[in-house]
This record gives sequence, C-alpha cells and structure tokens, in this order.
Amino acid sequence: MQFQLEKRPAPSRTMRIVTPFAAVALTMVLGAIVFTLLGYDGLAAVREIFFTPLTNSYKWQDLAVKATPLVIIAVGLSVSYRANVWNIGAEGQYIVGAIAGTGVGLLTHTMTGPWIFPLMLLAGIAGGAAYAAIPAFLRTQFKVNEILTTLMLTYVSVQLLNYLVFGPWKSPTSMGQPQTVLFSADQSQPYIIPGTIVQVGTPIAIVVALLVWFVMSRSVFGFQVRAVGASPAAARYGGFSANRTVWLALLVSGGLAGLAGILEATGPFGRLVPQFPTNYGFTAIIVAFLGRLHPLGVLIAGTALAITFVGGEVAQTTIQLPFAAVGIFQAMMLFLLLAGDIFVRYRFKRSVPEATRAAA
Amino acid sequence: METSLIPRLELVGITKRFPGVLANDNVGFSVKPGEIHALLGENGAGKSTLVKMIYGIMQPDAGEIRWNGQRVVVHNPKAARKLGVGMVFQHFSLFEAMTVLENIALGLDSKVPARDLEARVREVLKQYGLQLDPHRTVSTLSVGERQRIEIVRALLLNPSLLIMDEPTSVLTPQEVDQLFVVLRQLAREGCSILYISHKLHEIKALCDTATILRGGKVVATCDPKVETSRSMAEKMIGAGLKDVKKAPGRSFGGDKFVVEGLTVPRTEAFGTGLDSISFTVRAGEIFGIAGVAGNGQSELLLALDGEVQVQPEAIRIEGKAAGELSPNARRRLGLCAVPEERNGHAAIGDFTLADNSVLTARNRLGMVTGGLIRAGAAKTYTGKVIADFAVKALGPGSTAGSLSGGNLQKFIMGREILQKPSVLVVSQPTWGVDAGAAAAIHQSIVELAQTGTAVVIISQDLDELLALCDTLAVINGGRLSAPMRVGEVSIEEIGLLMGGIHGTAAETHIVPGERDAVPA
Repeated sequence: MQFQLEKRPAPSRTMRIVTPFAAVALTMVLGAIVFTLLGYDGLAAVREIFFTPLTNSYKWQDLAVKATPLVIIAVGLSVSYRANVWNIGAEGQYIVGAIAGTGVGLLTHTMTGPWIFPLMLLAGIAGGAAYAAIPAFLRTQFKVNEILTTLMLTYVSVQLLNYLVFGPWKSPTSMGQPQTVLFSADQSQPYIIPGTIVQVGTPIAIVVALLVWFVMSRSVFGFQVRAVGASPAAARYGGFSANRTVWLALLVSGGLAGLAGILEATGPFGRLVPQFPTNYGFTAIIVAFLGRLHPLGVLIAGTALAITFVGGEVAQTTIQLPFAAVGIFQAMMLFLLLAGDIFVRYRFKRSVPEATRAAA
Repeated sequence: METSLIPRLELVGITKRFPGVLANDNVGFSVKPGEIHALLGENGAGKSTLVKMIYGIMQPDAGEIRWNGQRVVVHNPKAARKLGVGMVFQHFSLFEAMTVLENIALGLDSKVPARDLEARVREVLKQYGLQLDPHRTVSTLSVGERQRIEIVRALLLNPSLLIMDEPTSVLTPQEVDQLFVVLRQLAREGCSILYISHKLHEIKALCDTATILRGGKVVATCDPKVETSRSMAEKMIGAGLKDVKKAPGRSFGGDKFVVEGLTVPRTEAFGTGLDSISFTVRAGEIFGIAGVAGNGQSELLLALDGEVQVQPEAIRIEGKAAGELSPNARRRLGLCAVPEERNGHAAIGDFTLADNSVLTARNRLGMVTGGLIRAGAAKTYTGKVIADFAVKALGPGSTAGSLSGGNLQKFIMGREILQKPSVLVVSQPTWGVDAGAAAAIHQSIVELAQTGTAVVIISQDLDELLALCDTLAVINGGRLSAPMRVGEVSIEEIGLLMGGIHGTAAETHIVPGERDAVPA
C-alpha cells in the first residue's frame, strides 16, 4: 500500500489551528527520545520544561515577564510577515529601541515627573522604527533584500550598544563595570501586582495584541497589508502601493520591537549592560509563526515559548539539563510546525500502485 | 475512410477522478489512421485531462488505451513519443533567448549532432512548406512562428498520432489557414490527428469526426461536415445557445475616454513597449482592441487602469487628465477595469468574495469610514453581485479561489459593472470561461454600454470582438491601428493587421458568413 499527497480543494481551516498544537506535542515526544538517547532523563526534561512552569503557581509571574517582550515583538513581526516583508532583524530594532529610550533616560536622570517614563517609551518606539527605516529605504529605493539588511543591522546594533556602555554612557559609579546608571523610579516600569515581579509591560503587551488584531482585521491598513502579502499584483490593481506597504510593515514591526526593548531595559534589567541582547528578537520569529501571524495566536504562542524559557531554567537546576536544550526544543517546534503546514493544503491519500495493474 | 482498419488509437472506459470532480467518466472513442479527429468541449469538460493520459502525463484510474489494437500503459511522455504520439501544447515551452535549433535540440530524447539535426529540421520545414529560420532567436519570432517550432519538434519523431491542444487560440486567421494546410498534408500521409478546440468553424473546416465531451462524458460523436456550428455548440453546452441581444441603430454620446499619444517604454527584456497609442471611446460605444497575445495588451491594460502611470494628458476620463493618477484616483473619476488574469490580479484567491469587493469597490461604494472597513456594506454589495450575475457561490464568505473560472469571472465583471462606471476597460472577458457564462458576460457588457458607459474590450478572440464591438482597432508590436467600424471591415484586413510585420499575404478562406460571430 502506498500513500501519496493530494492537494485539498481548499486550505483546511482545521489544520491551520491543529498543526501548531500538534507541533508542540510532537516536540515533546521527540525531545524526550532525543534527551533519553543523550543520557538524560528525557521524560523529566519534558516535564520540567513544559509542565512545571504551568503547575507551579510561583512560576507564573516569570512566565508573564518572559512572554511580554516576545508577544510585543512577535505581534509586530506578524504584521510584517503578513505583508511578505521579512524583517528578521527585530533583535537589532529591540536593541536600538532600548538605546534610544535609555538616551532619553540619561538626559532626564536628574528630573522627576510622571511624563518621563512615557517619553522614554515613545523614544524606544521611535528608535526601533528609525532603525527599521534603513532596510525600508534600501528595499524601496534600491531593491535591496530586507532579509539581509535587517539581519546584518542586528550585529551593527550590538556594536553600538557595546560602544555606548563601555564608553560615553558608562556609569561614573560603576567601578569599571560596563553599564549605564540605574534608572530612577520615574524611569522604571511600575509594578502592577503587589508582591510579584509583574510590571506594566505585561498589560501593555496584551493591549498591543488586541489593538493590532483590531487594526489588522477591520481597518483599510490591515486590509492593505493582507492584500499586498497575498497577491502583490492584485493589491496594485486594488490601488495599494507596494512600497508604502513595505515602509509601514517595517515601521510597525521595528517600532514594536523598540517598545519591547525599552520596556525590558526599564523593567527586568533596570539599566543597559552588554548582556542586554538575549535573542528575544529571534525567538519572536518562532512566536509569530507558531501564533499563525495572528495577534491572538501570538499571545498564546508567546506564552508557550515563555514556558520553555522558564522550564529550561528549572530543568537546569533539577536535572542538570544544559540551557542550550531550550534552544533545541524551540528549534524543533518551529521545524515541526513548518513541516506540518503541508497538511493545511494537502492531505494523504492511499494510492493504488500502477504496477499491480496489467501492463502491456 | 475504410472502416475495416484497426484504429490507430482507441480509448475504452477511461475514468479519471480528482478531489471533488470526476474529470473523465467512462470515456471511449477511436481514431483511425489518417483521420483528423476533433475533441470538442467547453473548458472543464475534461479534454486536457484526457489527452494528458494519452500522452502519459497522467495515468487513468480505470479503462484502457489501445494503440494499433494493442493494450498499452503509457507511463510517461517519453514512452508516448516512443509509441509515436506527438503533442503540441497550447502553451509553448521555449527559451526566449535561444535559437530555434537550440530549442529543438533541448526537446529531443536522444542526442543528435547539431549538423544532422539542422539538416533534418530543414527537411521537415521543406516537406511541409513551413517558413522558419532555424538560426533565429525565439524572442524575435511571432507566436505563429513559435508554434511552428513545436510542430517541427513533434514531426521530427515521425509521429503516427499528433495531438494539437487549442492550436489556433494565438494565431491570426492567415496563420490558421497555413496550419490547416500542414495538418491536411500530414493526414494524407497517414498520420492521425487529435485536434482539441472549441472553435466550431475550424472543426467544420478541418475535421473528419468530432467527439464531444461534456462534464467528463462523451455526449456525441458526429461528422462535423453535416452538423451545423449551432447544433454542435448546443451539444457541447447541453443547452440552447443564447445570442447577444444588441439594440439596432445605436447612437453614441460625447467623448468619454480619450487616449492620446500613450507611450510606455518596455520594462522587461522580452516585454512590449507601447508606442503612441491613441483612440477615443464615446458614451455608449464598445471599442474593441484585437491582436495576437504578447503585442502589448497586458502593458496597455496596466497603463489604462492606473497600475502604471503615464503622462497626465495621455489619458482623459470624461475630459479630466488622468494619466498620472493611481488606480484609486481613476476609479473615483469613473474608470473601472478587469485585468485578464482572474486569480492573482483581478481577485485574490485566498480572500473571501466580500474582501474581494473591498479590493476595488471600497471607495466608490462607501465601504470605508474613518479608515475602517464597513464589513456589512461589503457583504451586502457582494450578495447583490452574486444574485444579479448568477454567480454560483455559497455566499459572500466563500473564497474567490473556490469558484470555477467562469463563476469567478462573472463575479469580477459584476463587481465592476455594479459600480456603474462611466468607463469600463476589460481584458479577455471570457478567456477560459464556459459558453453559458460567456454569454451572460457578453450580455452584461452590452447592457452596460446601453446605459452610456464607454467600454474598451481587449481580446484575442476575434469572434467575441466582432459580436460585441461597434469599433475595432488592432494592436501589434505595441502600436494601435486606426479604428475601423465593425461591419465595414473584413476579417482579412483585421488578420493582416494582427500579423503586422510578421504577417504573410496568403489568401484566407474564412469569410465572415462562415464564422460564428453573431451579427450586431
């Protein structure tokens, strides 16, 4: 008996929703096998990474903290990817957003007032958007592929960060440590749940997801992004400019990455340090795809990836699993999701081999 | 024709099923040696699927193919060619930047030294009186000449069955006549020909037998010489044929759409530029632009609908300079357009019909307020398009890609026509559309013109243009001929203009009376 793939008459909506969950489930199975073969307790690894963060209520606040930047960045990326604009340099926009916001923070360090923190957020958004404007300009003016430019600019941004924290922005009281001064109370994210580490960034992430969902599904802007992504020729016929869409997609995704950056700097970090880049910008690519480029899907997917981060830390201490294992689980998840996507448009069909029939 | 001969090709009970559709249902017929056999049917009737199985591209789910009385399984096209089956496809597979000879060499199953190949190609060309220079680069050839390459490619293998898939859809009337001479000579030499078409006057002129397919089944096998075009058409569509009703003695209003000195440089290496195109369409007038594919039609549509911007004065919509305006701004002035490519240009396959309404009708019909889309308005309008144009769809929520070609085209035409445009530009309105839908689309264009809209139809289907248009011009190599009044111009004249510099002065035997053009 043979199987062959057969094109479905129409893409399956069910499969579109089922495959992300199937990918996660399959990741657990394969992960358990792989780590057992490597000599670890594979089942325990899966339990610690995927379930402990959920069952242990003390870990929930960690989930919120980790999911916040992932969701904000991934929501922006989902807009960009919907338009077929492949911004894979969110990490760089995240860093530059943090730098721009910190710049405002350093200028206002001696001042007080409730206006300072919102101003820093705006500076963060502007910084991320401005950094994404470079690939937008190169793509629309000179047809330079944005995949390359956004990625390469990430490395530039890391150098810029290092230059600033080792040089002009180094805190005078840091005793040689490369770091900026600690943000003041008016420059830091307020805590919103007493007794926890959950800060205002988490509700901001939820609001951003809901807002983008509304814009993408109801507004002409959202329609334009979807139309250009689905069919550039039809979008042009419908009166939408492809170049304008490239600009908008990069500015929105860059701006949101910048927002995530300054929230992270004014929240968990409290200052800029060389260790600030933690690859949230790259992990958010997985989040965007796992969430099916839908802002609400991204909320769920962001939480799922946060679980693996938090669980990875747990597994490090309880079963001595190296932290790199988390990267393997995340990569497997994306791989299985993309592979599983074939079932959205195709299905298996049993075929009768030609050879069993009479030949002349 | 001797009936005692064993058929060259015999199909028995051929069945082929695709997801959701039975493409061929127990199809059987036979082709005798030296017979020109027509395979007639509408788009989607299963003709292409059937010949793909004969040529080994697909395998039947049931039934058998007999070759000279022997049952055969044709595993792939190479096996088919080995049996002696040649095929000339509707769409050519040629490399534009290579010469005729290089293209032929690439298509051969075995390696032949260039010198021997050239000698054989020249022999075939001479034998069948075909005009073709083996050393010309393909990009410089007309469509008719390109088709000759494909024919030579097939003839080099000395086929005993030649399959021709819609060979005349891209040819001028003169080129069609030349092709028929070659096919008749082949048949006299004993080669069977399976001729796929939906052009009835050609089948009457050329074929000995016709097998008519409808919905994947053989509905009739007849002698086209004794049938009328009408009787065959009715068998093909399974219903009475509706003529386009056009009011006699129509008068036109003032100039609505004026194109003057429209020039667009070519952008792609093998594209066509537009060279000072000028024409005027009056209110209520239907203006046709005829021509062989690839002579600037696509470029013209893009320049007219605003996807490519030109000099402001080159295009005037109701007196207003519009050349520099975007598609949106031109729609606001009253110009709606339907490009040739349905899925991926005129509509987005993955989007719902309602969203496809938003694509072009959002501003003219108030589907947007304050940057937000009024989904209710889009749904209501889409429902109206579906109802008024008898679009077979589940509703405004169906995706455009789930509709058949004819239904999607009806939807697109309805979407533009119900916006009550003052100028409508349509490219290939019935390309690949079944006869029922085509008649409905034709009727809706005529009715729109009666309300005072200026209509431009760009089409390769001369019959369609002659049936619908008041005025006709021919595009060739990016230039437009002077306009001619339909009824005062002969097919020969149009054919010569379509051929342009590539044309030959051969005599044509098709006169308007023999064609299926419905008189205005």
